[in-house]
Amino acid sequence: MRFRLSFACMALACAVVLGGCGKKEKEDEGAAAPANAPAATPVDSASAGSVSGTVKFEGAAPKPARLKTEADPYCAKMHTSAPLTSEEAVVGAGGALANVVVYVKTGLENRTFETSKNAVELNQEGCEYKPHVIAVQTNQPVTIINSDDTTHNIHPTPANNPDWNKSQGPKAEKITQSFAREEIAIPVKCNIHGWMKSYIAVFKHPYFKVTGKDGTFDLQNLPAGDYTLGAWHEKYGKSEQKVTVGAKEAKKVDFVFKAS
Amino acid sequence: MNAAYKPALHLYAVFTAIATFLLLVAGALVTSNEAGLAVPDWPLSYGSLFPPMVGGIFYEHGHRLVATFVGLLTVGLAVALLFVEPRRWVRRLGLVALAAVVAQGILGYLTVKFLLPPAVSVAHASLAQIFFCITVALAIFTGRWWQSEVPQVQDTGSPRLQTLALAAVAATFLQLVSGAAFRHNAFGIVPHLIGAAVVLLLIILAGRAMRIRFPDARLLRRSGAMLHALVGTQLLLGAAAWYSRVASRGMQQTPDSTIWLTVIHTVFGALVLAGTVVLALVAHRVVRHERDEKERGGELEFVGAPIGKGPGHLASSARLPLGSGKAQS
Repeated sequence: MRFRLSFACMALACAVVLGGCGKKEKEDEGAAAPANAPAATPVDSASAGSVSGTVKFEGAAPKPARLKTEADPYCAKMHTSAPLTSEEAVVGAGGALANVVVYVKTGLENRTFETSKNAVELNQEGCEYKPHVIAVQTNQPVTIINSDDTTHNIHPTPANNPDWNKSQGPKAEKITQSFAREEIAIPVKCNIHGWMKSYIAVFKHPYFKVTGKDGTFDLQNLPAGDYTLGAWHEKYGKSEQKVTVGAKEAKKVDFVFKAS
Repeated sequence: MNAAYKPALHLYAVFTAIATFLLLVAGALVTSNEAGLAVPDWPLSYGSLFPPMVGGIFYEHGHRLVATFVGLLTVGLAVALLFVEPRRWVRRLGLVALAAVVAQGILGYLTVKFLLPPAVSVAHASLAQIFFCITVALAIFTGRWWQSEVPQVQDTGSPRLQTLALAAVAATFLQLVSGAAFRHNAFGIVPHLIGAAVVLLLIILAGRAMRIRFPDARLLRRSGAMLHALVGTQLLLGAAAWYSRVASRGMQQTPDSTIWLTVIHTVFGALVLAGTVVLALVAHRVVRHERDEKERGGELEFVGAPIGKGPGHLASSARLPLGSGKAQS
């Protein structure tokens, strides 16, 4: 009797564990690219408008933290003269905030868009991801490069897309991946080099930009309409603004983030 | 002293328990350094037994090496028990330890294969605690003290000390499961905070029972004091680890202080659980309840070594009159 009870408990535990794993597999299957995607809604370039602006940080600019790279002698050697610093908050001249994803959050629901076939590169160079933040369309190829003479592993931890984890040897062949579902933003990490972190934002449409050190963004060829613009930053969170864009109108919208 | 005591076997069991504790430290370092997927293949690491031990590979592959060592130690312990241990239930416990370490290896494989699903990661962390407690128990059962005649004390209070100790074991284990669930992002912090309060309450109740009911039982008093010290330290460590984790949230690189605080908090949790197991075993070994004695005809008969039938069965006995909560020898 006791044996039967123990056996039943073990079987139940196995079922729970394997059930959890099985769920993951099903999610993976569900993330495949749609076979019959609807035709893209054309945008009339002659009447399209644009939104541009700057993202700024208000307050004292945070000092980038020095990253410890001694765990891998190769990485440490790469940064003997100039230590690697964190990119979680990069504030440029005049408070310009870099690595902010600015995008159209609402206003495009009735439209569909062709997926860009241009691959976006994510390079592992000097034991850091370059660029630190990228944005792509759903199913747009992301090419991952290892320019280093050390092994990296690329491990995105998405909430809406399937997990994957691939290792890439020194200067190994490029890896190309894509993400089927919209997600802002997917953290990417290297489990070998704990300081290596990056983000990939995925959108159904092509209206997004990642700010550089000047903090500027520019969304061109936007059909006239009412929109909500979103801005996402890995440390300072999200912000949004309403904007109405008329035909051929060039709107200016600025975002300001503060230390939380 | 009983002739069944085998010093070499006991030392081997103690060594296995210590090695298992070090394995827990290695495992906690993997989680805190987010290195669980630094090696994408299993059981080899990058197709090799000795990959370059850099960054996260050092932690993940180091964990695998220590785990392999402990696995081999456990095989040796189970085999040694089968050949030299006269008590069937101890031999069986050795086999349970072996089954647990094999299951733990399989769970380790599943964490890599399925990219750290919380259910598997929590099961891996929880089984590690159970396995550690089994090795501690085996170290005690093979020891001289367990197999010697020891003074008995009578428990006249309610609930029984054994009951309180077992409740503390169960609550502490669940608390470690909730901690693992929080660490692996399966739950929030609230169940872990509630669990901490429950464990603290049970440890206080057990300590109070020992102090009031057995003022002259030195071993029980020491066990209680040890457990209080462990739980108190663990609460402080928990608060420090939580604060450090909150303070470092959003940082690109987790500070060393956060990594070490979470590691120490995790392995101290294992020590607390082992402490409750030790208390439960000590209570089982030296405390007799009034009700038991009445059922047995009003006389104590529990002073010998447990051989042959189970942890509660004693081969030799000395009949002693019922006491009133004082140690008897």
